[in-house]
Amino acid sequence: MNFTLKVWRQKNAKEKGRFETYHVKDIAEDTSFLEMMDILNEQLIHEDMDPVAVNKGCHSGPVSFDHDCREGICGACSLYINGHPHGPGALVTTCQLFMRNFKDGETITVEPWRSAAFPVVKDLVVNRNAFDQILQAGGFISINPGAVPDANAIPVPKEKADKSMDAASCIGCGACVASCKNGSAMLFVAARVSSLALLPQGRPEACRRAKAMVAKMDELGFGACTNTQACEAECPKGISVSNIARLNREFLSAKFKD
Amino acid sequence: MADKLISHIPDGPLAEKWTKHKADIRVVSPNNKRKLDIIVVGTGLGGASAAASLGALGYNVKVFCISDSPRRAHSIAAQGGINAAKNYQNDNDSVYRLFYDTIKGGDYRSREANVYRLAEVSNKIIDLCVAQGIPFAREYGGLLANRSFGGVQVSRTFYARGQTGQQLLLGAYAEMNKEIARGTVKSYPRHEMLDLVIINGEAKGIITRNIETGEIERFGAHAVVLATGGYGNVYFLSTNAMNSNGSAAWQCYKKGAYFANPCFAQIHPTCIPVHGKQQCKLTLMSESLRNDGRIWVPKKKEDVAKLRNNQIKPSQIPEEDRDYYLERRYPAFGNLVPRDVASRAAKERCDAGYGVNETGLAVFLDFKTAIERLGKDVITDRYGNLFQMYQKITDSNPYEEPMMIYPAIHYTMGGLWVDYDLMTTIPGLYAIGECNFSDHGGNRLGASALMQGLADGYFILPYTIGDYLSHKIQEPKIDTNAPEFEEAEKKAKEKINKLLSIKGKKTVDELHKELGNLMWEYVGMARDEKGLKTVISKIEDLRQEFLKNVYVDGANDQFNQELEKALRLYDFFDIGELMAQDALNRKESCGGHFRTEMQTPEGETKRDDENYMYVAAWEYKGKGEDPELHKEPLKYENIKIAVRNYKD
Repeated sequence: MNFTLKVWRQKNAKEKGRFETYHVKDIAEDTSFLEMMDILNEQLIHEDMDPVAVNKGCHSGPVSFDHDCREGICGACSLYINGHPHGPGALVTTCQLFMRNFKDGETITVEPWRSAAFPVVKDLVVNRNAFDQILQAGGFISINPGAVPDANAIPVPKEKADKSMDAASCIGCGACVASCKNGSAMLFVAARVSSLALLPQGRPEACRRAKAMVAKMDELGFGACTNTQACEAECPKGISVSNIARLNREFLSAKFKD
Repeated sequence: MADKLISHIPDGPLAEKWTKHKADIRVVSPNNKRKLDIIVVGTGLGGASAAASLGALGYNVKVFCISDSPRRAHSIAAQGGINAAKNYQNDNDSVYRLFYDTIKGGDYRSREANVYRLAEVSNKIIDLCVAQGIPFAREYGGLLANRSFGGVQVSRTFYARGQTGQQLLLGAYAEMNKEIARGTVKSYPRHEMLDLVIINGEAKGIITRNIETGEIERFGAHAVVLATGGYGNVYFLSTNAMNSNGSAAWQCYKKGAYFANPCFAQIHPTCIPVHGKQQCKLTLMSESLRNDGRIWVPKKKEDVAKLRNNQIKPSQIPEEDRDYYLERRYPAFGNLVPRDVASRAAKERCDAGYGVNETGLAVFLDFKTAIERLGKDVITDRYGNLFQMYQKITDSNPYEEPMMIYPAIHYTMGGLWVDYDLMTTIPGLYAIGECNFSDHGGNRLGASALMQGLADGYFILPYTIGDYLSHKIQEPKIDTNAPEFEEAEKKAKEKINKLLSIKGKKTVDELHKELGNLMWEYVGMARDEKGLKTVISKIEDLRQEFLKNVYVDGANDQFNQELEKALRLYDFFDIGELMAQDALNRKESCGGHFRTEMQTPEGETKRDDENYMYVAAWEYKGKGEDPELHKEPLKYENIKIAVRNYKD
């Protein structure tokens, strides 16, 4: 298969970015999207090796993009492909996207996540440190390793444990923010708040957690939630917006208690 | 220098060693902990749990990782579960049985005392993780569920769907975040360790490269904890994450830490087969699938031919024409034999011409019987996300047709040599998790990596490091202007400049693929003397080519992934070479290390306990010099050494 790629190139956070057009050829349909990007990069590096070619064109080296596990769980990959975070198709990360999902000869646009809270580091790489900061504000249960009861001392109904697990499968990739017209991080925050709030272990700090995480989210420049539900539609792990409803309940009941 | 190799295993009965040791070692008072700095490199299960625990104790912790967030460390990808000797299933499990299974699974090449301690603390890990809010799978009664893994006959594995590693890591990361909020831990994401700094023979700091800016920085501490994982990516194609590498551990080796059993690499039997030349990463299908999936190849070669030509589907092959070779060869354990055994059995069938897939390098993992027995819903509940992942990658529906799988490099049992306190041969330098060598011998059992990472980080290192640090309470903050820091930083910069200035004709990945092919061919599932000698010289040739002909794009003072890869590949040549040397030295077959000269008539591994019942710890002797081998004899006082038997 052959493709035309329009790829966002940006030297660093300060400089302005632009699209560049590249062509890749003879891509097998079982190739993953990131393997296709690897092939593009090999091609660009070989072009760079030839000083004559570099002098002629605009030399910007291989395209930088975040990636690591390549099996859909680490949450590092973060490409905005043809107007969708992680590209077309539901419930996949970019690394699980395969070229068989595209048409031969198609032009594919590749951009970084775009959000005020996620500044571009280079090309398609953004800084998602804001997510870490939100979790540092309260996304934990305060315990000491030496003083915990036997694991089976706290029975948890299977249904609750399953729901908690649904929310806990968030991989922190940021697709929810990238898909939201307001750049809201509500789904991300809601997933963590919900997964802990659903379990008896999470209850003692539930009020403090919900308030602290929401306050940190607002402080870091994420937008407000206007219930478009784009986040759920684009979430590679299918995290439900019902978690946002639960976050709102937790948050309001915490505020009432103030 | 052999006197460095003292394991410090406490005296006394096995079951009392750890308790006695804890009572004997010194502790640091809270007001002194505040004055002590600890560096933790890596934020997987080992690193994150260590940073969280040390922070909770009140030490000043600096924690480093190469990814944009600590949560992305490769522990996140562990699927199946974590072992513990809880005996919640009432199936006669115990600390002793977990200990015994682990020693046997490791083919009698791990330390009794370390493994017993691991089994002993395993139960506390589960207690802690539940308290952290990890949503483990539960039964309808609200109590925790278990499943089985390879090499054992009890159900002792706790799990959170097929995402156990993710959940455990998020738990450790959350505890670390709590400490970051409290101010005891400071996190440095996108920082790669380039060197270890040693002052007066003790580890006192590290040199890092800021991956975003290229800035080379110095950090000092009273102790350094390495939790940087394994070196499986030396094979290029593996189930490891793309950025996983052995460089941090390797710098420690070059600074004097012994490297133990480098040839022990685990080849996981159930990975999605290679599909073409453009592939760069293999995907694991969790071992837990072997609880319900049955592994087979066709009995008849004509069926193999028809399958390869797409004339029939695997589901059309009748039951009597299927060879469930694991059930046939190992009736007692069946599909749940340990990983090394299952991998070799798959290779044996494929080498004999019964492999499926276009390449002939695959076997079937079939859920037909399980779906008939349990129903599709139960299978979806247990493995839904794995089935979904398989279908996404292969475009084939595992509910209808069996999965195709093939072995791939997954984990490295070898690593930095550590004593009972998890300290390397460099005082003040600790190694935990996959990065050390201590607990898995020649082969790791499934669901034991998570157990070991968390045992080291939550319950062992926080105790043992106190003993060392109790002698440092009057030592001031480490001065990073010391000449040792100057020198290390200068060398790191020189290395970077050298790599950037070669400007040859081959990309980093092209050379890495060549190295990977060599490693897989000669230091993979089957090894022999001739091949190992050949590969050592081939690696040297390739290293020379790398040094003359690599092209590293870009500059240092920028986000530069090519430079990151080049720095890691630089060390992979050395690591590959030492692996081959170690494999050549170990003229026996044991665990994942299969020397074709040493096998039984049935093709099973043949150990040589008389000559090789030792840990091979290699000491770096300088560039171009052969490393020196030190041997730590393994003593089995509580377990009767036997031929590993999974047949009856």
